[in-house]
Amino acid sequence: MSDVVNDEQALLRVEHLKMFFPVTKGLLEKPIGTVKAVDDISFEIIKGETFGLVGESGCGKTTAGKCILRVNKPTEGHIWYENKEIVQMSDTEFMPYRRKIQLIFQDPYSSLDPRSSVYGILSEAIQCDGIARSKDELQKRVNELLFTVELDPLMSYRYPHELSGGQRQRLGIARALACNPELIVCDEPVSALDVSIQAQIINLFKDIQKKLGITYLFIAHDLAVVRHISDKIGVMYLGHLVEITKSVELYKKPMHPYTQALLSAIPITDYYEEQKRKRVTLQGEVPSPMNVPRGCPFHPRCPYAMGVCRKERPELRELFDNHFVACHRYDKEESFK
Amino acid sequence: MEQNLSLESMQKETRRRNRKQAFKIFFGRGVIVKLCTAVLVLFIVFSLFGPFLLHIDPNKQNLVNKLAKPTATHILGTDYLGRDVLARIISGGRVSLFVSILAGTFAAIVGICLGLIAGYVGGYLSKFIMAITDVVLSIPGLVFTLMIAAIMGSGVLSLTIAIGIGMIPTYIRMANGLVLSLKQNDYVVASSLVGQKQRKILFKHLLPNTFPSLIVLYTINLGNAIMTEASLSYLGVGINPPTATWGNMVSDAYAYLYLAPRLAIVPGICIIVLIISFNIVGDGLRDALDPRLRGKL
Amino acid sequence: MSEVLLDVRNLKTSFFTAEGEVKSVDGISYYVNKGETIAIVGESGCGKSVSQMSVLQLIQMPPGKVLDGQVIFKGKDLLKYNPKSKEMRSIRGSGISMIFQEPMTSLNPVLTIGEQLCDIITTHSDLTKKEAWLKGIEALVSVGISEPKTRMRSYPFEMSGGMRQRVMIAAAIACGSELIIADEPTTALDVTTQAQVMDLLLDLVKKYNKSLIIITHNLGLVTRYAERVYVMYAGRIIESGTTEQILTHPEHPYTKGLLNSVPKLEDDKNQDLIPIKGMPPVLSNLPPSCAFMPRCPFPCSKCTSNGKPALKNVGQEHYVACYLVGE
Repeated sequence: MSDVVNDEQALLRVEHLKMFFPVTKGLLEKPIGTVKAVDDISFEIIKGETFGLVGESGCGKTTAGKCILRVNKPTEGHIWYENKEIVQMSDTEFMPYRRKIQLIFQDPYSSLDPRSSVYGILSEAIQCDGIARSKDELQKRVNELLFTVELDPLMSYRYPHELSGGQRQRLGIARALACNPELIVCDEPVSALDVSIQAQIINLFKDIQKKLGITYLFIAHDLAVVRHISDKIGVMYLGHLVEITKSVELYKKPMHPYTQALLSAIPITDYYEEQKRKRVTLQGEVPSPMNVPRGCPFHPRCPYAMGVCRKERPELRELFDNHFVACHRYDKEESFK
Repeated sequence: MEQNLSLESMQKETRRRNRKQAFKIFFGRGVIVKLCTAVLVLFIVFSLFGPFLLHIDPNKQNLVNKLAKPTATHILGTDYLGRDVLARIISGGRVSLFVSILAGTFAAIVGICLGLIAGYVGGYLSKFIMAITDVVLSIPGLVFTLMIAAIMGSGVLSLTIAIGIGMIPTYIRMANGLVLSLKQNDYVVASSLVGQKQRKILFKHLLPNTFPSLIVLYTINLGNAIMTEASLSYLGVGINPPTATWGNMVSDAYAYLYLAPRLAIVPGICIIVLIISFNIVGDGLRDALDPRLRGKL
Repeated sequence: MSEVLLDVRNLKTSFFTAEGEVKSVDGISYYVNKGETIAIVGESGCGKSVSQMSVLQLIQMPPGKVLDGQVIFKGKDLLKYNPKSKEMRSIRGSGISMIFQEPMTSLNPVLTIGEQLCDIITTHSDLTKKEAWLKGIEALVSVGISEPKTRMRSYPFEMSGGMRQRVMIAAAIACGSELIIADEPTTALDVTTQAQVMDLLLDLVKKYNKSLIIITHNLGLVTRYAERVYVMYAGRIIESGTTEQILTHPEHPYTKGLLNSVPKLEDDKNQDLIPIKGMPPVLSNLPPSCAFMPRCPFPCSKCTSNGKPALKNVGQEHYVACYLVGE
């Protein structure tokens, strides 16, 4: 059984999370298949750290994030926030937690209401905690938030279309911070930005974490970005978690063949290192989440596939200290702890 | 402290600039907008105060003076019953404006509310509302309005309500469609994540973003209302004589088209000008309310 | 001896908009040898895509206009041809092909892959439709698409992004064009698919001895695939050289800044990213002096007083446009 360490400091614990979407056809909505977006994943995030969730498109990382935010209702599984189970809670029971978990969106354009000014967007976020404030207090708090994300407070009455992509993303961060959150789910927050702006925003994330002690679930497909910000990383493939380990470990000692291929596919800018690297190329394409291969989902493309891989799905086992891998290659090896 | 004051005043400046820009954009589209706003204002003023300015009874017949050409006393001449055309235009305009604005606004309020609710709430309520809307829309508009007019009886108010009811389904359709697509936007999800109530999201984020399309629909419908009223009058189901409306003036003038074309042309032009002005002012309003058109400082 | 296939000299393209003249490409010169792979690097708005569209005369006029320069392809200046002329049309596709970033929009969604490939092949050769169809199937095989005969009858939406990009490559190869321009060919693709597609492209390019221009903002792609690099900023080339020179000894502050600010796979979490301060330039409002100066960590007096710096030779093939360098 997957053994997530029962640590009292875990802020968020996901247990056997499943999110299936039925696919229907026609007026009478006849079911013709299921999209298994998230298929039994478990992991935990320690308070104050950053957990990176990586994978390519269709792997289910964004869906998992949305389940944690209660934007989707999971088909099965439990999510524990501060040791309280939040999936089964009703909307009223969940209210005190609503503002503690926030989201930063990938698209800085569609995540801001074009008809609301900067002030409007932030004041809405601030006021939803129900505390009465005078206009002055509200403006003061808005200015504070703008300052935290390094935006000029003069921008208060501008509209989103007057801001650049990087500025809009900062506004999105400010909106999330307005709720005084404890956990922020970041859904590909820098992929839509220019290269030279990405660095600014990544640094901003790190600064905010240092200052305010916020925990991040950082969802991305860019492993280089994730490396810079995460303490622990989980690699997803077709709805499964195939490897979880400390960030440094992942890049030094990737164990799962998919992780190895993923890392190999990314060129590095150290010219001499890059020429020396051994490449692992994958065959074929990522299958659709409607047709997940039986057994290990990765076996059709895996260079090391064995007979058992076609039949049984590998469990996520702890191989080294806090390094979990789901691969039959290591079945025979007892854990190296 | 000094810093704060200057920051405050600069922020106030930005808000003032936003408001000023709204006006600039409205009138900035050129002479046409200013002209049409003036025309609309003129029409409204005339219909409110006109009868007091001209002391001629629009319904006073003078069979001796039928179809007279324009003179000093009758600036636009007289119609086939000797009634003063100008007086009838003014009082007719009053009725036409009343009918179109009332019917249009009534249809807009009811239709938009139903459409928003259908789009936002979803589920069986939505399916129910949309099904009824689709059924109604499958009946030709004029026929449907005729049916309602027959039920409601004659009279200006009943006719207005009938025309209004006939226009509700288009609003429901459009509002529903708009909300369904707007609901997908991330900023709607963002609002619910910060704890905003569903009702507030509907009115604060969804409704304002439907304005551009709905304002245009509104102005088009105002024009349609006048045309429907004219058609109903032509069919003899409209406002009862002798009350003048531009619509029934046009339809009555049909028989005298060769003798006195001005009897049809004058109210016809008035209808066209009114409809165009509604549309252009509506466009200007839609642009003025759109923050995306306000330029950068 | 390497033979120059494409020689662009002092190309200038501007767009005339309501805000004024946007100098998208402000006098750039570069060349590609036969069988060589080069990269043009820069962020969005720097003019790299516009420069390639200018080479192929695909710029919309108005509001754009190629103002000056020469584009010499196999000895002939392409800019002298009318954009709609037969000569230009035959160059596009059989002389120079382009692969775009978003394969969904470069393929017509209502025609099958087969129809489109045939169309392209028959336009650029004397083959009959039947022969072109067979050639299309060959091309699909060469790009590694399984079941090519069935695929010829599929529609673009039935294929994944990676497959569509392969079809585009197949089209480029099938026409026998000698120069392929790939404009951000992998940005819309997943990481592992990116590697597959790029490896494939490079294999075919080497196999048929074609030249390749990769336009990208991804420095990793450059490291892995390109032999020479041109770095663009605000419409000008500010540094050029071999890949090794640029990556190991960048001279221009922008290139240095870019290399320092890009998150690298080999970095540590605690290694800070050093962003380039400030914002990308507004092209409609460029100053007459160096465009990078507001963001430069080492501005000097010459940067404000003199005009834009010219490219100076600082090493074998290494050129830098900066007043600080080569003093």
